[in-house]
This record gives sequence, C-alpha cells and structure tokens, in this order.
Amino acid sequence: MTTKSEMTASEIAGAVTSRKMSALDATEAALARIKQHDGILNSFTDVTADRARAKARAIDADIAAGKTVGSLAGVPFAVKNLFDVTGLPTRAGSKINRDLAPAKRDATLIERMEAAGAVLVGALNMGEYAYDFTGENVHDGPSRNPHDTTRMSGGSSGGSGTAVGGALVPIALGSDTNGSIRVPSSFCGIFGLKPTYGRLSRARSFPFVASLDHLGPFARSVTDLALAYDAMQGSDPDDGACTTRGLEPTLPLIANPVSDLRIAIAGGHFQKNVFPEAVEAVSRVAKALGATKVVDVPEASRARAAAYVITTTEGASLHLDRLRKRPNDFDPAVRDRLIAGAMVPAALVDRAQKFRRWYRAQLAEIFKSVDVLLAPATPCTAPKLGQVNFNLDGVELPVRANIGIHTQPISFIGLPVVAVPVPLEPLPIGVQIIAAPWREDIALRVAYALEKMGVVAAPAPRAF
Amino acid sequence: MAEPLDDYIDAVSKALALPVEDAWRPAVRANLDVSLRLGRMVDEFALPDETEPAPIFTA
Repeated sequence: MTTKSEMTASEIAGAVTSRKMSALDATEAALARIKQHDGILNSFTDVTADRARAKARAIDADIAAGKTVGSLAGVPFAVKNLFDVTGLPTRAGSKINRDLAPAKRDATLIERMEAAGAVLVGALNMGEYAYDFTGENVHDGPSRNPHDTTRMSGGSSGGSGTAVGGALVPIALGSDTNGSIRVPSSFCGIFGLKPTYGRLSRARSFPFVASLDHLGPFARSVTDLALAYDAMQGSDPDDGACTTRGLEPTLPLIANPVSDLRIAIAGGHFQKNVFPEAVEAVSRVAKALGATKVVDVPEASRARAAAYVITTTEGASLHLDRLRKRPNDFDPAVRDRLIAGAMVPAALVDRAQKFRRWYRAQLAEIFKSVDVLLAPATPCTAPKLGQVNFNLDGVELPVRANIGIHTQPISFIGLPVVAVPVPLEPLPIGVQIIAAPWREDIALRVAYALEKMGVVAAPAPRAF
Repeated sequence: MAEPLDDYIDAVSKALALPVEDAWRPAVRANLDVSLRLGRMVDEFALPDETEPAPIFTA
C-alpha cells in the first residue's frame, strides 16, 4: 500500500496501528515525495533516510510482536534545523554553525515525537539564526511557497511551512520568537500552534531570544496539531523555562462545542496595517463564530516596539562573539541588525521588560471577560521572494520588519495561539486564535470548530 | 559629512571590540535608528517606579 500525500498523521497512525499499512511504507512514501518535489520547494537541508527507515522498521517489528505503539506510529515528520538531530551539526540556518560538532543527542521534542512512534525524516531550511520573517536564506536558498514558488514561505520556520504546506510530511516542528510559526503557517496555508511560553521544552535547540523563544508544531489538520502537541507536552529539567505543570491533553477536548466561549475580535493595532485579504480572513472567521464584539488591546503597537527592542538586544548578546570573529560569514542583513542591536542602551531594554509586565496585566484583564481573541496572522498573503517594501495603510514600509506586526504583540507575553489557514484565492492567509495562558485547549477547540464548518482548511499545494 | 549616530557607533564599536566596516555602516546606522526609535516609543510610556521587569513570562 502506498500513502497519498493527503493522508493526515492521524490517518497514517491509524492505518499503521491496524496493520493496513506499514510504517516503512509511510516513510518511503514521504521520502519519495521529498525526492520528487523538494528540488523545487527547497524545504529540506538534510534528509535522514537511513535513520527514518531504521525507525520505521523498528515500529513495524513492535507491531508484529504485538507491542503497544504510540499515537503517532509511523507518522513522518521533520524539524527546523535549529533542533539538535543526533549526528548533524545544528546549523540554525547559518554558515557558521556548520562547523559545530555533530549533535550527540536529539532535542527533547524529537525524542518525545519518536517515543510516540513518529519517524524523523529530516531537518528543514530556515532563516539565519531565526532572525527572519521571510523564509529566505543566503546560504541555503529560500524555502519556496508551495502554492506559488515565486513567493515567500514566510519565516523563520520557512522549511517547516513549505514541507507541510507542500504535503511532503504531515507534521513539522518549528520555533516562534516573534511569529516564526504563525507567519509561515499563514503564507503556506497550514495550521500552526505556538503554545504558551514555557509549555514545550526547548532543550537541545539553538536559541535566539531566550525570553521569547517557543517551539511548536505545524500540521494540515487540527487533529494532527493536537496529536503532536499532546505527544510533546511535559516538564523538562533541561529547559529552565519549561513549566512543571502536569500534562493537559487537548485531543479529547477539541470537539467540545464552542457556543459557550466568549470570542472577540482584537481591535486597534490589529485592525490597522492590513491588506484587504487579511480583513476578509478575520471577517470570515468571526462571522462563522458569531463574534461581533471588538476589544481594544491597549498599547499593542508599543508592545510590538518593546518586543523588537528585546529581540535585537538579546539576539546581539547571543551572537556577540561570532560577530567579532566571523562577521563576514553571517547573512549581511542579519549581521547588520545584530550589530545595531548590540548598540542599544541597556536602559531602553530594561524599560521594554518593565513595559512587558504592564502589558501582560492588561491582557490578563481582557481575558477575564473573553476566552478568545481573533487577529490577523500576517498583514498580507505571501509576498514575492526578494520583495523589499510593501504599502501598508498608505505608507511604504520594509517587508522584512513588518510581516510580524500582528504576531509580535502576542508572543511578547507568551500567549498561546493557533494560526488557522483561510483558503482564499489565489493564496491562503492565516488568522490567529489567541487564548489565555495555558489554554491551548480553547484555541485548538475553536480551530477545530472552524475546520468542521469548512471555514479554514489547508489547501492542496497549488504549485505542482 | 558624518551622519548622526556615527560618533556613537564608533564609540560603542570600540567599547565592545565589535567590527563595523565602512560598507556595513549605512545598514547598521539604519537598523540602529529603527531600534532607537522603537526604544524611545517604549521609553515614552510612563510606568510606576515599582514596576518589575518581566524577562521571563509566567502565567
């Protein structure tokens, strides 16, 4: 039996567990799709075929022996190349990190996915050191949009967006510091979950901005997103920011009704700086959910500014020695931003961190009277590769810095978000389903309801 | 003619032993200008003296 690219992770796991399909068949099918399409899409930087086949055979042997296998048995997945993968240097989209020794142990989240039976098939392209919203990479070339290969995948988890949007794998993992899961989800037309800050372990992944970094999954359905997320939950002493809360499985909850939820549209900043397609996407989602109330999120523009300042300074701190020793091996655009970040006075960074505390209290107040906020994931559909500027509300602005204008004020205080794809023509675009801290279950529940209503869906790749 | 911020860039570059080649200077200056503008936007917001920073978010 061969797998079709449209098989979801849960369908693959069901077929493998019930012996209608082998894990090896599912793996070979994914490897064949990568071979067939990734020459154009450029989402993979490493394909771990031998490892994947060995893992798949082990799962098939366990099933033949009557052993219990996990909820992701035989499901192929891939990870942004800032995750440690045993035997590979963790390049994090850079040239410099290729000189690192190969990782000796997988990232915690890979271990958890594989413990649930998933099969790692490779590492994925990304923007250099995750300081990126485009999915472009001067060293490896751009991850291309699976619906129009002349357009951006979004970043910085560009390969993750492309690989899932292109249906090469049903699940990928990525990171989100300011929007790097939600932006590629939007441009590539897939579902992405940025959990609450501290929910999923970041152990053995290459950092960017410690106080803003999150890891999370991408998928083509909400069920798959919840499956992967549930498999990866749990505390981890190897990540100092990882929660010690117990497991809070979401899959059993996603089909619960949403009629009792108080859902509002984020106003102010989130209704400005948008193209008509972003307005249309939020409108469709709000209408389907019966949401009419608009809630102003106070000082969201300033929150975005504070996130920008913290990002550029913490990022500069991380790379200071590399900037001194190997400045010419950086992507020049990344290097020049990081050097500038090193020059921002410390007092402004402290002000940004204090403002963060104030802003968090404002959102906590809002979430006393609403359960969910709706906001655009990106101001526009995927721009052309290499596009430098766009016109937002009559102002010509740089694309790179402003793609995340609606995601940054949310990750700034670590709120959980599911990005859902609205399949507009000719290109999809995402909407953020934002919940209170630790309520990923609510965001996933709303996403699932929208999926069942047919309002959101991951479109088949349109580029091939 | 020297641009605003050039003296500052030179001083911090020296203090941090951070190289800034002439060819990179316009981009570094432009990025620093954006960062300082956004930093000022944060700075302009009055906060109580007792406000604690929140470098790590906890719910």
